[in-house]
Amino acid sequence: MVLVEQSLNGFQFGLLLFLLAAGLTLVFGIMDFVNLAHGSLYMMGAYFAATFTAWTGSFILGVLLALGATLLLGIVLEFVALRHLYGRDHLDQVLATFGLILFFNDAVRLIWGPAGLALPLPAWLTVPVQIIPGVYYPAYRLSIIIVALAVAALLYVVVMRTKIGMLIRAGASNREMIGALGINIKLLFTLVFGLGAALAGLAGLMQAPILTVQIGMGENILILAFVIIVIGGIGSIRGAFLAAIFVGMIDTLGRAFLPDLLRMVLSSAAASTAAPALSSMLIYLLMAIVLVVRPEGLFPAAKR
Amino acid sequence: MKLQINTSNVVVALVAAGLLLLPLYSQLTGNIFILTLFTRIIIFALAAASLNLIMGYGGMMSFGHAAYLGIGGYAVGILAFEGIGSGFIQWPVALVASALYALVIGALSLRTRGVYFIMITLAFAQMAYYIASGMSRYGGDDGLTIYKRSNFGGLIDLSNRVQFYYLCLGCLFGGIYLIWRIINSRFGLVVQGIRSNEQRMQAIGYHANRYRLVCFVISGTICGLAGALLANNTDFISPAGMYWTRSGELMVMVVFGGMGSLFGPVIGTIFFLLLEELLSQFTEYWALIMGPLLLLIVLFARGGIMGLLGRFNRG
Repeated sequence: MVLVEQSLNGFQFGLLLFLLAAGLTLVFGIMDFVNLAHGSLYMMGAYFAATFTAWTGSFILGVLLALGATLLLGIVLEFVALRHLYGRDHLDQVLATFGLILFFNDAVRLIWGPAGLALPLPAWLTVPVQIIPGVYYPAYRLSIIIVALAVAALLYVVVMRTKIGMLIRAGASNREMIGALGINIKLLFTLVFGLGAALAGLAGLMQAPILTVQIGMGENILILAFVIIVIGGIGSIRGAFLAAIFVGMIDTLGRAFLPDLLRMVLSSAAASTAAPALSSMLIYLLMAIVLVVRPEGLFPAAKR
Repeated sequence: MKLQINTSNVVVALVAAGLLLLPLYSQLTGNIFILTLFTRIIIFALAAASLNLIMGYGGMMSFGHAAYLGIGGYAVGILAFEGIGSGFIQWPVALVASALYALVIGALSLRTRGVYFIMITLAFAQMAYYIASGMSRYGGDDGLTIYKRSNFGGLIDLSNRVQFYYLCLGCLFGGIYLIWRIINSRFGLVVQGIRSNEQRMQAIGYHANRYRLVCFVISGTICGLAGALLANNTDFISPAGMYWTRSGELMVMVVFGGMGSLFGPVIGTIFFLLLEELLSQFTEYWALIMGPLLLLIVLFARGGIMGLLGRFNRG
């Protein structure tokens, strides 16, 4: 029973990671832009949600407002600063967006203070739901799975089946050419960046009620998202999806079961400190193996 | 290399002379703070110089250099904790451990290029960070206090501020001399050739990745030395000092000063850490200014401070 619950937790965490990684890999695949500040957008999504929920008194309203605010923030960010960095060295992009992380962390500390915030759930999301006879699962985590799956499906339909998705894919394979064909490529880039920001914000605000909303929350998870897009192959949404589920599962199951496994060989105190470190390491070990076997990731996007 | 008198060389000479004379100034004015501040700056300058070797000359954008600071530091801290206080054991262990880590990480990471390489080195450094937080015997997340600095017999006393300062400065100048010798050697020229055109160097018959790997290991070892110095300086080592933002800061120092310029990382480190010190005296929220400043420097001042000086020179 614990196994079912923890597997679902892993799946749910993997889906959240996918939302974050999808934006990162879209922006990278299309604009060839490395965005470290993606984790800051995740954090801002959570802060916006906590604030707007407190203002409006409604969880749903707060979440919707927060989504809009993160989308807007992403568009403003792209318009003011980041669009000048397209076509520059990856190192320049890494450094500039590193500067943005410093800025966002201190801006949040200035506005909301150093202590974390809580995002309380409405009562109807806190009840446990019986998923299979005898197994109960929190309604909120279940709703995360449903929302994230729906968004993933929507993303698939938008990218693969619509005109705008066709332009996005065309932009990924040859930027200059679709510009020459008369497509407003700047607008397209802004749109994609805004979409990525909104996805990151969504992941942040959905995670917020489970963990606390705090400064630096986006940084750890950003590294995980990087690992995912490296494993999945940069620019590949399908790769990001599979790698995200995989990483989410390993991380969660490792955290849940490693302490008990280690206790068989180690003293209980040593096991409980070593286990979280070991399960965090498992993911990087996985990445190292993938890189040794396939340096381009499991599902590399089509060569340019 | 012919010595020329131009703006950047004059600035470098002035900075070097200033660093040499700083303890004198500190003694005369009784300003101890400036001595401890600059000891820290010099140690980070050594780390930045080592990063510059692979970033500026080797074209390898490592985003995981904080790991070596941690490994060098933990080598000193763990040995001190286990009762081995001699620097003649601690420091070689720190260097060898950093070199071995660099060898393994480098062999894996160098299979990739460009942005993959940036992310891989970042991810491995995070792994080292998690290992450090998992070491419950050595303080885990809370870190490890080093009660006694490395003991070098009667040779040098690390607890003496001035002696320690000159030791750090000696390591920095020694490190830069070593890097200067490397980049002007046949080996260094091959590495720089690989950065410019890997295919051509391969075609001539050089095994590009072996050269890269050796360069990567040298850089990691020098940075491990900086880690051993840093642990002695703070008398404390914790996983927080290996967090990935520290790697980012090292990159910023290199780029501020000017990537691929021998003395650039030193200038960049002085600039970055002094600015941080000044801003944090002025406001608690110093990163609100530092962050956008970094963005502006990347956008408008390519080549860093040394690049600007060079431009001034050409008139």
